[in-house]
Amino acid sequence: MVLLRKGAEAELYQESWYGLNIIRKVRTVKAYRHPKLDLELRQSRTGREAQIMHEAKGSGVPIPLIFRVDMNSTTITMQYVEGSRVKDLLHSLSSKKRLRLCSQIGQLIGRLHRNRIIHGDLTTSNMILSETGKLFFIDFGLSEHSEELEKRGVDLLLMKRAFYSTHYSFALECFKAVTEGYATEMGEETCKNVVERVNKIAKRGRYVSKR
Amino acid sequence: MICLGIESTAHTFGIGLVSSSGKIIVDINDTYQPPPGRGIHPRKAAQHHCDVAPKVLKQALQKSKIGLEKIDAIAFSVGPGLGPALRTGATVARALAVWLEKPLIPVHHAIGHIELASLTTGAKDPLVILVSGGHTAIIAFGDGYWRTFGETQDITLGNLLDMLAREAQFSSPGGSVIESLAHKGERYLDLPYVVKGNDVSYSGLLTAAIKMYKAGCRLEDVCYSVQEVSFAMLSEAAERALAHTEKKAVLLTGGVAANKRLQQMLNIISKEHNADLFIVPKIYSGDCSAQIAWTGILACQSGIKVNVDKSFIKSKLRLDKVFIPWR
Repeated sequence: MVLLRKGAEAELYQESWYGLNIIRKVRTVKAYRHPKLDLELRQSRTGREAQIMHEAKGSGVPIPLIFRVDMNSTTITMQYVEGSRVKDLLHSLSSKKRLRLCSQIGQLIGRLHRNRIIHGDLTTSNMILSETGKLFFIDFGLSEHSEELEKRGVDLLLMKRAFYSTHYSFALECFKAVTEGYATEMGEETCKNVVERVNKIAKRGRYVSKR
Repeated sequence: MICLGIESTAHTFGIGLVSSSGKIIVDINDTYQPPPGRGIHPRKAAQHHCDVAPKVLKQALQKSKIGLEKIDAIAFSVGPGLGPALRTGATVARALAVWLEKPLIPVHHAIGHIELASLTTGAKDPLVILVSGGHTAIIAFGDGYWRTFGETQDITLGNLLDMLAREAQFSSPGGSVIESLAHKGERYLDLPYVVKGNDVSYSGLLTAAIKMYKAGCRLEDVCYSVQEVSFAMLSEAAERALAHTEKKAVLLTGGVAANKRLQQMLNIISKEHNADLFIVPKIYSGDCSAQIAWTGILACQSGIKVNVDKSFIKSKLRLDKVFIPWR
């Protein structure tokens, strides 16, 4: 068992399991928070993540296959996807490839939203481009069911924020490509409404000069 | 080089002198306190600043034993904050700049919090957790600008604590009262926990906490639970940002940085990710003039200044929109 990565809320271990290359996502006890709150968050998120990942797969969004869910140790055992995090490769792509990837990201977000799934933590850290060129979404711990414009807006706003904080040199074009991909799934009209809501939510933030 | 800095964004009016070697020569602050159970009234805060300005200036000069002729630049907090309060500080700054014929330097108040914390702790390239009455943001520097990784989608952590304190008839700022009450809390009450990616939202938590208090829950337990939930939310968002950015330093600054429980939580997180936690010294955690004076030095050395006739305050000025040439 090798510790592959220490995320914010879970530790990812890579190992071989019945001949399969797998990841064990363990939501570890967080010593900083109250034990009651800690257990509640870990259990509800583990359950929700497994459930919604399963649904995402059904709606045509590639996710790692889930093999086992253990609510006591708040652990999900899932397929190991060979590839790179979008965060790590976005800057090294050609402009054309980058925009194509972003459009694909938007398309998958649209597919989730169309199937009443809100991811809840859309960042480029939570997307893997596999070696075969397939885009996977991971980390559904904050996901939920909703068709509300507001929740869709928050979801896309987080994506936009991730571009502007981490990939600032091409944030504008990337996010535009995301919305274009999003529109192919959601339709121009809905996409326009969601993007409008994204701007509206951003304006609710602190110290926005033009409201 | 010596810079005189004027702080007047909200409740505090202050005048401080800082040298370009980073020595805080003097830092005199006078804070307006609204009546218990009330918030800051912008006009009354401005009136307070106006009343104390001559006294504070005199004290700063006497205590520092530095003559006005030795001052090389005048910095003032340009925003964000309460318009009337900002205008009072700006007026004093303009008058001094014109009279002394020295450059006038506009300083973003929150960048002042970050720069003074960096100066006093020595943190290098940190993930900054800025928590105050005006800000709750998780940011890091990149290519000329502070980049926002997460922030509050509604009220700030300082707002949350102040408004809860106000509801219980304490005076603002209420962070330290809440902290000492929380210390005596025993029962953990369930409150809404809202994390959206790296963002947090506290307005629902405030409403729920006030409801509980009004329904007869012990104030100590309410304070304890509010701290536990609100700090855990911020800590989770901070940990996400830390895992994402892989920074090796975390810098906690702003008024709420003085809270021991919050410090403890962020300390655990930083250790988990092999990062060092730097905490702004308590005396410099709240609003103070040294933060403006020191940032004034950095800005002045990068050639930033403003003509008096263009030196408008900006009560709404986002931290991530300010170009930083010195980092």
